[in-house]
Amino acid sequence: MCLAIPGKIKTIESQMDGMLRMAKVQFGGITKEASLEMVPQAKEGDYVLVHVGVAISVVNEEEAKKTFEFLKEAGELDELEPASIDQLKDK
Amino acid sequence: MKYLSEYRDPELVTQYLDEIKKTVTQPWTIMEVCGGQTHSLVKYGILDLLPKEITMVHGPGCPVCVTPLNLIDKAVYLAEEKDVILCSFGDMLRVPGSEKNLLEAKANGADIRILYSPLEAVKIAKENPEREVVFFAVGFETTAPANALSVLHGKRAELTNYSILASHVLVPPAISALMSDPDSVVQGFLAAGHVCTIMGLEEYYPLVEQYNIPIVVTGFEPVDLLQGILMTVKQLEGGIAKLENQYTRMVSEEGNPNAKQAIFEVFDVTNRMWRGMDVIPSSGYQVKKELEQYDANVKFEVSIEEAPEHAECIAGDIMKGLKKPFDCTQFGKKCKPSNPLGAPMVSSEGACAAYYNYSGETELAEA
Ligand code: SF4
Repeated sequence: MCLAIPGKIKTIESQMDGMLRMAKVQFGGITKEASLEMVPQAKEGDYVLVHVGVAISVVNEEEAKKTFEFLKEAGELDELEPASIDQLKDK
Repeated sequence: MKYLSEYRDPELVTQYLDEIKKTVTQPWTIMEVCGGQTHSLVKYGILDLLPKEITMVHGPGCPVCVTPLNLIDKAVYLAEEKDVILCSFGDMLRVPGSEKNLLEAKANGADIRILYSPLEAVKIAKENPEREVVFFAVGFETTAPANALSVLHGKRAELTNYSILASHVLVPPAISALMSDPDSVVQGFLAAGHVCTIMGLEEYYPLVEQYNIPIVVTGFEPVDLLQGILMTVKQLEGGIAKLENQYTRMVSEEGNPNAKQAIFEVFDVTNRMWRGMDVIPSSGYQVKKELEQYDANVKFEVSIEEAPEHAECIAGDIMKGLKKPFDCTQFGKKCKPSNPLGAPMVSSEGACAAYYNYSGETELAEA
């Protein structure tokens, strides 16, 4: 649960009357929402390191891609799509 | 065990390994602090590739593993007795409490939900104004900004039904505690990369000085780990003790100031009990007094006694670097990921689970 995963910012939107700056971030085939509050400088198209729904740093594209490939090959992307309770029971 | 060709950069792996072999002249014990690093070291067979002089011991850096029994019991109590919607990261559900784990509480009808992010818990609170929603906020410094942000979001949205059960632990005080232990065998540390992405390097300089020990902030990919080990061994062999940053591509000197600000806005430093290790002074975060309406501990006034660990579990000694999972009489016998007796067998970042899943010696232990 400690992993931070790099992804690409597709769109940025403000929520709750401009109080929150949220992004849709793409991780390979999966898109997730992430808060951009810790990285106010991030723009659409940037790559960010996301940990449990919060972007914690902006990273360069090449590095982001390499790290993502590593995590994918290592089978470490599960936390993007948490198991349902039933799947956990069967484990 | 992996073949070299499966690494992201096999040439670099070979190069670092050769250099480590050339540099090392005597035995050294190095601890990797972060559970993600433990996982990679075991999964990629790096422990077997290192020269025999180097012993890697596995530190307490798995937040799931060090969350005290008592807090698991509290989470179970809140879900069962207080009828809250208890939200948690999936890893926490099978961690044994003193009587049951959260998965069993769920089977008994408690409303327990697995989430990817604490921010989702705030949404659930908004959508269910008639219910209390509690997020089980575990994690190291890496996760603290997200959990802090969930409180700040809850506050901005003026929610009165959202709170967190904070179980945050901090790396530098754990290093201090390990080094102050007279039994300690650790001679150098690989510090946790992503923790420093948030916090920066500042807190580590005093540790290096006080304990005269090399600390190298390191990533979690095989090549990072080998480079971090090489940097540590070079210092050790040269009689040097300084702070170095292997993970410069993700860690800057000052860390992330916005994330630190969110942490300091929501949390105060507190003494924290580490499962298997006792109370470590100033080693955790608790919700600030001004924000106590978001602190599940205060809101529900739960007081639950500390319960003893499973008698045969030696997790504490493993996390202090004194023993290895194979030294545990229950490893692979009564204790398996499907039936964990202690927390390090639950999380994939726990040392026992990593050994069980990847070391290839499981059959041996089971035979
Ligand atoms: S193998 Fe199980 S019982 Fe033994 S130390 Fe690890 S978690 Fe505890």
